[in-house]
Parts: sequence; structure tokens; C-alpha cells
Amino acid sequence: MTNKRKLTIAVSGLNAVDSPGPGVAVIRALREAESFDVRIIGISYESLEPGIFMHNLVDKTYQFPYPSAGVEAVLERIEYIHSIEKLDVFIPNFDSELYTFIRLEDTLKEMGIHMFLPTMEQFEERHKVNLNEFGEKYGINVPKSKAIHDLGAIYSISSEFTYPVLVKGKYYDAAVAYNMEQVKTHFNKISAKWGYPIIIQEFVHGTEFNITGLGDGLGNTIAAVPMRKQYITDKGKAWGGISISDKRMLELTDKFLSQTKWRGGFELELMKNKENEFYLLEINPRMPAWIYLAVGVGQNIPEALVKLALGEKVEPFTSYKVGKMFVRYAWDMIVDMEEFQTISTRGEL
Amino acid sequence: MKIKPNIAVSDSGFVFNPDTGESFTVNPIGVEIINLLKENKETSEISNQVRVKYTVDQPTFEKDFDDFIGLMRNYSLIEND
Repeated sequence: MTNKRKLTIAVSGLNAVDSPGPGVAVIRALREAESFDVRIIGISYESLEPGIFMHNLVDKTYQFPYPSAGVEAVLERIEYIHSIEKLDVFIPNFDSELYTFIRLEDTLKEMGIHMFLPTMEQFEERHKVNLNEFGEKYGINVPKSKAIHDLGAIYSISSEFTYPVLVKGKYYDAAVAYNMEQVKTHFNKISAKWGYPIIIQEFVHGTEFNITGLGDGLGNTIAAVPMRKQYITDKGKAWGGISISDKRMLELTDKFLSQTKWRGGFELELMKNKENEFYLLEINPRMPAWIYLAVGVGQNIPEALVKLALGEKVEPFTSYKVGKMFVRYAWDMIVDMEEFQTISTRGEL
Repeated sequence: MKIKPNIAVSDSGFVFNPDTGESFTVNPIGVEIINLLKENKETSEISNQVRVKYTVDQPTFEKDFDDFIGLMRNYSLIEND
């Protein structure tokens, strides 16, 4: 028996697939929170997101409209879910959801649903499209980037960039191109999936490092855990990683947070070149899929984020264990057809 | 020449650099040399100890030691002078 309060928390990003969303890892962290117990409401977009069927982690799942359906459709669905579940906190875990949820933050707060998200200005400023300006404004090394809005504009990149270059989608996906033909192929493939613009980015050779953390919105670092990717999938995702103690990465995080006054969880993607210089490749405005490593090394970032969302004071974490690894794995669940049928037809499970 | 103080080495020869997350394996003599470096022993002391223990002449030791240190420097395990 515990006397901990019980919070009802909605979490999206249940797609624990080869390019996983953070939801399942976030839920695992919330289940291990010391300051509260949870009832977890899964938010899914597809009927085969594995988290839907993980009944030891997710108490109830609701299908959700895609952000492209518009703010009204999203709000209507939240109102329906809230009428049944009485949500305390909502943690959207997809980049593509954030624009809608940032717009809805005040409305949801009036309903009693708390979130802890970056401001719209922070969300826009850190966008891949604006990375050059971001680096310049805050004195952080970033690779040269250019947003391309139509295929005709890609011909100028040969004179502006040296091959190879990275071709990146607005929200997801990236591919290396070694010549113009490959740029065209990647441009068409990625834009068909994620729309425009496509970002052409200077390719920085080196080793990939990531940091996840939490900013309190006042410029303070509440949490920060740096990680070196040890095993990378063909989609560029970390399938294994190790916590490290690089002081320069922590300093860069402090600088990022103090200057932007970032509010919420984040992930910085960095590349260290041969000259040992760090380049900031991307700022993901939410917790990463490997967030459970932070819990494993002593910083339960999702728990701290929930407390900040509820307006509670959170003391910054001051240490973490170095040399702890995560190794991801694939696991086949056996699912009754009735469950798939229920989530597909009724939109709830 | 100093080894970085936070470099960890196990008895089995597993070397871990917590700054970069890189890991390496070294043989038992490598473990001994890294441990002597961590005790801040001078090159001459390491030379004496290893040469006596393994009956190796000075030029051979120096060549192998320099190669080993060069590799460690290359992998950022040695502090910059």
C-alpha cells in the first residue's frame, strides 16, 4: 500500500517501432515516479502502435485525430477523453503535435489539464529551418542549413554546399546525398511523406552525441544527461547508448537553457568533429525515445516534468551515473484479434 | 605526460573514457602500464618496473611504450601537455 497521490496522465508516442516514439519510455518512467502513482491514458494515431497493447504500462488507449485535422478536432477529442478520464496532465511526445498543443495549452489548463511545453516562440526558433539564425543568435556552432520549398530551388545548392549534404524532412527523416541526383531522390521521397520545406544541411563528419534534459522556463537546468550513441540503426536511431560525463556538453546545455529560457523537455543532437568541436545538428522540442536512460542514471525527467506542469517546485538534479548503457530490443507481443478490432472500430481500448 | 584522471581500467583490461563514452581493451601489460600512469609514475619508473619484470631491453621497451602512449594520445586518453 502506498499513500502517494494518483495522477491521470495522457501520453502519446506509443509507436515503439524501429524509429520509436518516446511514449512507452516516458510511461515506464512515470510508473517509477517516487512522488505519485499514475493511471496512464495512451493516445494513439494508428491501430498497431505497440504501446496500445502493453496493458502493464497503459491503462486505457484512445485513438486521436492527426494534427492536420485541426485544433478543433483535437480539442473535441480531448474534451471527450477528459469527460471520462479526468486528466491531470497531458504529455504530447511528437514534434508534429506540438504546434497544436502549444496553442491549446491555456484552454486545457482552464479544463484542469496541465502541460509543460516550450513557448511558441521557442518552438519556432529552434526549428531546423531556423537553425542558422539560432546558432548565430546564441553563439552555438551549427552546420550550414538551407530550407528548400520546391524542387527547382535545389539546383543552387551545388554552388552553396560541398557534397555530401544531408537532406532532412521538416519533422522527421534524413538522408545523406553525395550528388545532385541523390538530393533529388531524397527530396521527393521525404517531401512526399512530411511535406515542405526540405532542409539541406552541411554534413559534419564525426561522432554522434545526444543530450536530453529539462528546462524550467526561467533559464535553469533542471536535468541534463549526455549520451553517446553506440549502436545506430539504418534510420539513424540509437539502438544502444552510454551515459557520459563530457563537461563541454553540459556547459552547452546550460548555455542553451539559460539563453533561450527553454520550457520543457528537449533533446540536443550533436556531432563532434575531428577537431573535437561540437556542432548542434538539431533541437528536438520533447523528450527522446531513449529517455529511460536518464531514469536509469538517476534523473527521472518525466516525473520532474509532470511536477513542473502541476506548478510544483522541482529541485535541479545535480548528478547522474556515468557509464550506464541502454540496449534496446524488439519483442513480439501476442495480441487477441478482438483487441485490434476494438481499437480499430471503437477508437478505444 | 599524464593519463586523464577519470579514465577507468578494469583488471580484465577494459578501458573506459567517461568523457567520450569510448571503450577499449588492452592486454595485461597494458593494464599494468595504465595503472602505473594513474599512480603518476614517471616514464623512467615505469621503464624500470616493466623491464625488470619482463626482462626486456631498454630500446625495445621505449619503442613499444612510445607506440602505446601514441595510441592512447590518439584516443584522447592522455592529457594534452
